[in-house]
Amino acid sequence: MIEARELTKRYGDKTVVDHLSFTVRPGEVTGFLGPNGAGKSTTMRMIVGLDAPTKGSVTVGGRSYASQAAPLHEIGTLLEAKSVHPGRSAFNHLMALAYTHGIPRRRVDEVIELAGLTSVAGKRVGAFSLGMGQRLGIAAALLGDPAVVMLDEPVNGLDPEGVLWVRNLLRRLADEGRAVMLSSHLMSETALIADHLVIIGRGRLLADTTVEDFTREASGGGVKVAAAEAAKLRSLLAGPDVTVSSSSAEELLVTGRDAREIGAIAARHGLALYELTPQTVSLEAAFMDLTRDVVEYQSAPAGTERKAA
Amino acid sequence: MTVTSLAPAPARTTQYKVTGVRVLRSEWAKFWSLRSSWITLGVAVFLLVLFGTIASYTYSPDATATGGPGGPGSGGDSTAVSLALTGVTFASLAVGVLGVLLSAGEYSTGMIRSTLTAVPRRLPVLWSKAAVIGPVALVLSTVGALAAFLLGTPGLDGEKIALSLGDDGVLRSLAGAGVYLGLVAVFGVALGVLIRSSAGAIAALVGILLILPGLATLLPDSLYDSINPYFPGNAGSAVYALHQSSDALSPGAGLAVFAGWVALTLAGAAFRLVKSDA
Repeated sequence: MIEARELTKRYGDKTVVDHLSFTVRPGEVTGFLGPNGAGKSTTMRMIVGLDAPTKGSVTVGGRSYASQAAPLHEIGTLLEAKSVHPGRSAFNHLMALAYTHGIPRRRVDEVIELAGLTSVAGKRVGAFSLGMGQRLGIAAALLGDPAVVMLDEPVNGLDPEGVLWVRNLLRRLADEGRAVMLSSHLMSETALIADHLVIIGRGRLLADTTVEDFTREASGGGVKVAAAEAAKLRSLLAGPDVTVSSSSAEELLVTGRDAREIGAIAARHGLALYELTPQTVSLEAAFMDLTRDVVEYQSAPAGTERKAA
Repeated sequence: MTVTSLAPAPARTTQYKVTGVRVLRSEWAKFWSLRSSWITLGVAVFLLVLFGTIASYTYSPDATATGGPGGPGSGGDSTAVSLALTGVTFASLAVGVLGVLLSAGEYSTGMIRSTLTAVPRRLPVLWSKAAVIGPVALVLSTVGALAAFLLGTPGLDGEKIALSLGDDGVLRSLAGAGVYLGLVAVFGVALGVLIRSSAGAIAALVGILLILPGLATLLPDSLYDSINPYFPGNAGSAVYALHQSSDALSPGAGLAVFAGWVALTLAGAAFRLVKSDA
């Protein structure tokens, strides 16, 4: 379990993480989302004690990271930036970490196999591809058989097979009762793996919700209807809480009635429909809506000239 | 891909625990698992033996200088020991760089994040690095110094300055060179943690050991004479000098002063390691 309370990190006058509170619970996969520069990596660095919070606190398993007797057993971490000496072999890298905790060689071999690195374990890490590096990082995170697994952008650089592997692995770890936290800037990818969502922007908490709730709120974009006699249909559909707009002579966008009702009304009055489509907002679009105002590196819309705001 | 089963479901009892001895074991494994450690260590010993032997064979009592920039081997007052130790200056750069690579190398590669995540108390990492490289450099340098002396001895056969291992102070000087180089390696580790950049720490190492004493000659004479023996490089040279020269410290005092500089740098490194974000 990870508990962050009012976690704050300032570099000079720039506040990177701003009074952030959230909990990562055992048995769940918690997605930690935010646009680039939102403070995800800094938060994770504070969780494992690499950076000291300016204010607030964060505990892992109820204790501060530095006071853990066996930190790798409490939380296994994959940080986004490479954290390996390129001159060392994968095996020697893991073994060096294992020695600090008295983790046996058998466990090192186990995680190497688990990560699918058996054939390259003796190779220098400098020669690894991005995907192999990620697998090594995940192997290192699992080395201490940790109660919490925290991965920063774990699918970065993995091929589709690797992405699927990570997805299944994280699900299994959570099902075993471990707390799993993974960061990402891709909503759609995270929604496939996570149960819980912690969304931040500019270091502040934007949403602390479940994937289910987020998905439900993201839909509800109305129903698109195309009919020959659109004007007639429009008056038939009218009612309290129903709004109808149209973008062309034959098209209507209806909110307040679902596709089923609209179809039934049309049938009752003998009106032909060409199209009847519920409009779902994609998770990615909903995520972008949520974070639009807090994106650190805003790009100008494609194909338009940048105007002074 | 086949997915092997994970470790048994987490019953949260474990014998895993970070201890000082285990951190030391880890740093020992880290040191020997890098090719650069073997190469740099090899270069240090090679330079030590090579320069010492060559200096002994090319010695002629009429020539005044025998190479070696400003070391105790130059000048007309060479001894068999000072000739054998001609390579110490070069070897000190190699072992110093080795120390820097061991510590600053972790910062430049990002390895430090793995290291400090495993050992969040941090300080045991610094002590262990020093405890690994200090004795390794000390032992190998002492062996190298002995080898340089023994290999050089036939070259000085019949010369006035020839000495044998049993002569007064010879073993002390050769061992002193080993101790000095061991301390230089620890100095390199400390500088690396303090500066966190390989290039910066190597520059600092060269500057402090080799350039600082030269710069100091710009000081007024009276001031220069009184502080000159206390510079790290000069105090270090005193440790392995066969005869104490008038403007230098005794071997014991030189060792104390140089060890003091190293301890001071280590303290600074410890402070930075604990206090600032990794």
